[in-house]
Amino acid sequence: MGEKIEHLEMRGITKRFPGVLSNNKVNIQLKTGEVLAILGENGAGKTTLMNILYGLYQPDAGKILLNGKSVRINSPSEAIELGIGMVHQHFMLVPTLTVCENVILGLSKNFFMDLKTAAKRIKEITDTYGLAINPDAYVWQLSVGEQQRVEIVKALYRGANLLILDEPTAVLTPQEANDLIQLLKNMSEKGNSIILISHKLNEVMAVSDRVTVLRDGEVCADVNTRETSQEELARLMVGRDMAPCRREGAFSPGKPVLELQDVFARGDKGTDALAGVSLRIREGEILGIAGVSGNGQKELAEVIAGLRKTSRGKIVLNGKESTQMSPSRIIEQGLGYIPEDRIHVGTIPSFSIWENLILKDHHQPPFTKHFLLQNRTIMSHSSSQVEKYGIKTPTLETPTGRLSGGNIQRVVLAREITRKPVALVAAYPTRGLDIGATEYLHSKLLEARSNGIGVLLISEDLEELTNVCDRIAVLYEGRIMKVIPVEEADERILGLLMAGIAEEAQVQA
Amino acid sequence: MSSNYNGVFKQIMVLISALVGALLVGALFLLLAKSDPVKAYGVMFSGPFSDKFGITETLVRAVPLLLVGLGIVISFRSGIINIGAEGQILAGAIGATAVATSLPDLPAVMLLPLVFLAGATCGGLWGGIAGWLKARLSVNEILSTVMLNQIALQIYLFLIRGPLIDPKEVSYGTGVPQTALIPEHIWLSKLIPGTRIHSGLIFALLLAVLVYVFLWKTSSGYRMRAVGAGPEAARYAGIRVEWYLVLAMALAGGMAGLAGVVEVAGVHHRSLEGLSAGYGFSGIVAALFGRLHPLGTIPASVLFGALLVGADMMQRAVNIPAAMIMVIQGLVVLFVVSSDYFLQNPDFGARIKAKLFGEKADGEGGK
Ligand SMILES: Nc1ncnc2c1ncn2[C@@H]1O[C@H](COP(=O)(O)OP(=O)(O)OP(=O)(O)O)[C@@H](O)[C@H]1O
Ligand SMILES: [Mg+2]
Repeated sequence: MGEKIEHLEMRGITKRFPGVLSNNKVNIQLKTGEVLAILGENGAGKTTLMNILYGLYQPDAGKILLNGKSVRINSPSEAIELGIGMVHQHFMLVPTLTVCENVILGLSKNFFMDLKTAAKRIKEITDTYGLAINPDAYVWQLSVGEQQRVEIVKALYRGANLLILDEPTAVLTPQEANDLIQLLKNMSEKGNSIILISHKLNEVMAVSDRVTVLRDGEVCADVNTRETSQEELARLMVGRDMAPCRREGAFSPGKPVLELQDVFARGDKGTDALAGVSLRIREGEILGIAGVSGNGQKELAEVIAGLRKTSRGKIVLNGKESTQMSPSRIIEQGLGYIPEDRIHVGTIPSFSIWENLILKDHHQPPFTKHFLLQNRTIMSHSSSQVEKYGIKTPTLETPTGRLSGGNIQRVVLAREITRKPVALVAAYPTRGLDIGATEYLHSKLLEARSNGIGVLLISEDLEELTNVCDRIAVLYEGRIMKVIPVEEADERILGLLMAGIAEEAQVQA
Repeated sequence: MSSNYNGVFKQIMVLISALVGALLVGALFLLLAKSDPVKAYGVMFSGPFSDKFGITETLVRAVPLLLVGLGIVISFRSGIINIGAEGQILAGAIGATAVATSLPDLPAVMLLPLVFLAGATCGGLWGGIAGWLKARLSVNEILSTVMLNQIALQIYLFLIRGPLIDPKEVSYGTGVPQTALIPEHIWLSKLIPGTRIHSGLIFALLLAVLVYVFLWKTSSGYRMRAVGAGPEAARYAGIRVEWYLVLAMALAGGMAGLAGVVEVAGVHHRSLEGLSAGYGFSGIVAALFGRLHPLGTIPASVLFGALLVGADMMQRAVNIPAAMIMVIQGLVVLFVVSSDYFLQNPDFGARIKAKLFGEKADGEGGK
């Protein structure tokens, strides 16, 4: 293990990918005990920069200085040796092993692992930082927030004193996110340095000491958190003033387009994930589903899309019962669906942008005639979509897997909305999107609403829900606690309902 | 599109280095076998291209390799791994022979298409079984195809020894396990008189173009590639993933079945022992070497056809078992598959360079 990192500098980092300049002469600095936030729109180059620091990519130019000495980091294991740890957005844990086994995985030089000593050291680490985690628990039993803590323990156990977190709160519940922020503060007070990537400005304000803002691969600002504000950061990132999108126009819903009647369905673990859900979504309305994720949201969306079987109950889509329909029949019947996992469900990463844009319509005219794909039509359709939805890409042939998160979501959105669905299910559509893209997505959902589409918006972000929804239903343990008009919904009442407390919320409302 | 050409050039360079790497490691084995690698490779590489015989024999071998390889391309692109081409070749060959020998009086215009259809169907059904097992019962297709190879082989041997054995073998009492000759009017015509090269080559080339058009220009091909590249997304898009798995295996089996047909109609004119000759496995290598692209598989099949012919010549000239070619093929697979890693992670190369040349590259920061 190397000496403690007192000072880190990345100087003049440039990284080019085919057709994109991902980082252009980027400089960042970090002192011990400091929390540096890196901000930037989707595709600004944040992840690329951190991957370079963690040894996953080599920069085309520029160097990394640790305590004033130039170092070359060829691989993650070299980064770890230097004391740099990284928590990726997608965790790299083995679900069938315990926390302790996961932490020491790949470390032990001996054939036999000394689990006892390891457990003791893990205990020391968790005690020091107030990380509540049981070393003997199996990873599959843990919530997403707990798994993330395991990743952090893993990095600390390996002696990291500079920790990189790439959008750590994107997948956390609001409560878990608060805990994490607290933990990060704790860790920096104990002399660790932290680099945090986040799109949530309130978190950045709460925890960081300094903020470096990237735009199109270049550093466009480097400010002390104390001397700035959320509004200023937003302006620096996007390059213009931001105003949150709100519903406008009268709420005049039409006939029901999607109805669920007493729907039951099993989750992956075999228990009832949905236990009697009844909902009705009408033309021109946005119905929000609030709730801590894991209370049946995923199953709800999948059941509607026909990707999961109901065990009881009835679903009516656009006037026809769709309970037993195949996914393709349901699509024909007019359902649009923005899935939670946009990378592997919403798109095919190795397929090009144009291929992904016709994913649901490739077999129909005008894209296919007499079994043959109509290249010219598809290309002109795709390039107009790319333009209309502002998808940042070098070419139409670029695989979507190479795009940044926000741009992948734009591809999905472009496809689903252009198909002119009758009802649209959107599951956590703004997760991981920058504020500009979030605003854009909201405006598109509202546009869909005014075009008479019935939207079901699943989200954990209460601000998002209260801004764009007409009514909000709270899902708790597979049941709808209550459906309330947005005018009556405030954070406190929603919070109570989300925690499964119905009576008190009822009395207050 | 210059970057595209650049990509193709890079791929070709990587493939050549993979081949060279495999041959170098192969040379070690030759040394172990106490023979001179320079001489052995000399024969192996000059042989196939030195005369009319070598060249035409190379092409004769390339035909079944290409047909099998096309099936492999379809199945791998659809996300299902087909190790069962050996069995599918035999199924196709015996189906074609049975039809041809039982309807000898039909004119060629009717019988020949019928024979091709029979072979493709038998191969397709044999492949389809593995696809169905995977789609319905989640049986691993690698295991099932390997086992189906054995079953096909045993059935094939039984048929050419028993029910379908050449009546002449029985009446002469020689009992060589082979079927009767198929009617002469459906033998595939020779492209060059006096050699074995037959019109099956043209058929295979046309089919390669057809497979390319199918996979990249039709909606069904799009679906199969979608199922292979992103099964979850395909399901989400309303594609019946299971059905396309079965279809992919059936098409792959059909292609291998056609390889059996051309071996019967073009080369042996009957079904006999050892007909599949390892083409079912070598075809996988050719497809991988052709970057799982139908058109790339054409030159790859010719190359491996040449290697097979060269290995035979090497065996005769320097007394090395021709099985050596199996070793080289295995090495090629290893090298090609690991070179994929290179192509997909450009930084991997940089990392290796850094490891090898260490600090030298460091100071200037790569200007
Ligand atoms: N392996 C790669 N190959 C090609 N292009 C890439 C690769 N990785 C990133 N890029 C490109 O580099 C740019 C920056 O991507 P990066 O992932 O660093 O953005 P980001 O700031 O992390 O965005 P997000 O907030 O969406 O995660 C994007 O345009 C992306 O398409
Ligand atoms: Mg990122």
